[in-house]
Amino acid sequence: MMVKPKHQRLILVVLAVAAMLGAVLLAMWGLQDRAAYFVTPSDIAAGKVQPDKAMRLGGMVVKGSLKRDPDGLTVRFTVSDTKFETPVVFRGITPDLFKEGNGVIAEGRLESNGLFVADNILAKHDERYMPPQMANEVTAR
Amino acid sequence: MIAEAGLAALWLAAALAALQLALSCGLGGEQGRSIQTIRAVALAQGLLTLIAFGALIAVFLNSDMSVLLVAENSHSQKPWMYKFAGAWGNHEGSMLLWVTVLALAGAVVALFERRLDERTLGATLGAQAALALGFFAFLLFASNPFERLDPAPIDGRGLNPLLQDPGLAFHPPTLYLGYVGLSVAFSFAVGGLLRANVGPAIARAMRPWVLAAWVLLTLGITAGSYWAYYELGWGGWWFWDPVENASLMPWLAATALLHSVNVLAARGGLRAWTMMLALVAFSMSMVGTFLVRSGILTSVHAFAVDPTRGTFILALLALYIGAALTLFALRVAKVKEGAPFEIVSREAGLVANNLLLSVILGIVFLGTLYPLIAEAVSGEKLSVGPPYFNSVASPLALGLAALMMIAPQLRWRRDALPLLPRFAPGVLVASAVLAGSFILTPGIGLLPRLGLAIGAGLLPASLLPLFGRSLKRTPLAVWGMAMAHFGVAVAILGMASDSAFTKERLVAARPGETIEIGPWLIEFRNVMPVAGPNWTAIEGELRASKGTGVTVLKPQSRYFPSPPTTTNEAAIKTSWNGQLYAVLGEQDEQGRWQLRLWWKPFVTLIWLGGILIGLGGALALIGRLVRERRQRIRGEEAFA
Repeated sequence: MMVKPKHQRLILVVLAVAAMLGAVLLAMWGLQDRAAYFVTPSDIAAGKVQPDKAMRLGGMVVKGSLKRDPDGLTVRFTVSDTKFETPVVFRGITPDLFKEGNGVIAEGRLESNGLFVADNILAKHDERYMPPQMANEVTAR
Repeated sequence: MIAEAGLAALWLAAALAALQLALSCGLGGEQGRSIQTIRAVALAQGLLTLIAFGALIAVFLNSDMSVLLVAENSHSQKPWMYKFAGAWGNHEGSMLLWVTVLALAGAVVALFERRLDERTLGATLGAQAALALGFFAFLLFASNPFERLDPAPIDGRGLNPLLQDPGLAFHPPTLYLGYVGLSVAFSFAVGGLLRANVGPAIARAMRPWVLAAWVLLTLGITAGSYWAYYELGWGGWWFWDPVENASLMPWLAATALLHSVNVLAARGGLRAWTMMLALVAFSMSMVGTFLVRSGILTSVHAFAVDPTRGTFILALLALYIGAALTLFALRVAKVKEGAPFEIVSREAGLVANNLLLSVILGIVFLGTLYPLIAEAVSGEKLSVGPPYFNSVASPLALGLAALMMIAPQLRWRRDALPLLPRFAPGVLVASAVLAGSFILTPGIGLLPRLGLAIGAGLLPASLLPLFGRSLKRTPLAVWGMAMAHFGVAVAILGMASDSAFTKERLVAARPGETIEIGPWLIEFRNVMPVAGPNWTAIEGELRASKGTGVTVLKPQSRYFPSPPTTTNEAAIKTSWNGQLYAVLGEQDEQGRWQLRLWWKPFVTLIWLGGILIGLGGALALIGRLVRERRQRIRGEEAFA
């Protein structure tokens, strides 16, 4: 059964609109609990951060704070946004550009005792890169 | 001197773009002469831009430190190949490359497009000039690559060591050629809509450009993925980073366009939809450029955070996309209805393909831009990563692959039962693998399991369109389609195998210790200092054995003095059934070294699949071009 070209066009338009609506609904559903919020040590200090939720902590690695556990694999350091500091623990090889005094983004969860457990560390990729949030802080000072 | 010449060439080219736009607006009266003038102007504009780009390469190769860009991004002691590639390993240089490709693409259209009627061609070249003009303005006013520096430093700051890699010489230019190749499809769509000439002719003019751009995007994305895999030392091949998404979005749109443009060229259907996709595909290229170049998203790829540039590109983006969508809305009523087809037909299969691809594109687009939207609306900063994209987009991609087992075997316009014998091979293989996976590897996740099944089913199913044909007389385009679909199956198998079967170990080990991973036994021998042309490194020696035979892996931790940086060079051993991947970390106080090891079964299939997809596209492109040439010669003979 062949439909008229005019009707066929209408059907296709309806399908396209439905698909786009579907995409938006799917995306909204997916984003609801899968977006990781970007937090700073100040947010944590202000008690705005829910523990045990996936998030990204951004800031600078405080100079002199980088320590290694006896197992040789776990590193501990402090992240600062120039106002407040958060202790971070990470088990693994830190990325090439991760070092004291540099910008860092730690992906992980905040424990209820205030320790941030990172399961991934992102360091800046370019010498001029710093998290935009940090750039705001630095220029504001 | 060279820098000034380059800048002058750029200004001249911009002026010619303005002239080209004006001429095409005035096209009408003396058509014959005017289109010849436009052609000449487009050609001159392309050549001048090429000269400007050549000048940039020259100042980089000469290490002319009085040019700001060279001083900031190059170093006199660098190997020449990285001086060369360094020309586009930075913001200004990469934008100049972008404009160069844009202008050259316009020149090629002006030179070789002979079938389209002159008014449509004129409008197309006008649109291309309008695009070029905006990006010329961006270069000249907001990111001049030829700016001088006084006093000139002696050595320069050097290029980010991560970017000192053969992959860099190949990856960005390939992607840019792909991005900008889509600009031609955009211009053709604008030309067709303006002149109310949307039909098979415009689809045939557009098709080689879409194919070429798509092939380059495919290869560029594949290369980028492999580069990130071995260079970043994270063992992953796709991170859903905004910059990766920036290349994936145009690819998704181009893939949809590639399929719908065939419906329009072959059957005269999906007219308005194809034009829409052509507009969207290049818009996605521009959105990608905006995301990458503005540094607006917290991305590991971001070059620099510069609000002026971001605003400039955003304004260009809003102007072009807004104008294109307005034009579409105003002119869509003039687009004729396409030829009808039934629910079971090749066309319907391609509509389903297009809808699925568009939904995936929408999901990736919203996920990538959501952080921007959320920050603008509520001030909250957040990032969207693998948990969202993997769980929302991957099932749809697998659905698309399942559709691929069936749709290419359907006939145009209408298909009759029985369909089952044609679908049986794919479905049988897929079910067998699915059942087998429950018995052999009960522990793997749902998505990898489905991936293995659908990938395995698609292997035979993708070749079925060749079945029953005389292989010699089968058009190259059909061979290309089969190859590309086969490549999709191969890539899916690689992805599924990587996520289902990868083994990972993280250890702190002393030289002499032995580590077991997957089927491998790895002996950590020692750590030695080594030196390269512009770096020094410590190098670990690992002896991996699996029954008989020993392979040696030498992961390095490299130190580059300018700018002072350390990078990890992963050691990768490829065998027929997978890759062994080793990263050397730091040494602790007790003399132990951090080692991170992965055994990744069949991971190489991911990039092998990508290459097959690209080659399939290239085969189809060659087939189309050869056939068109033959037809044109035949047509000329008939005319004579």
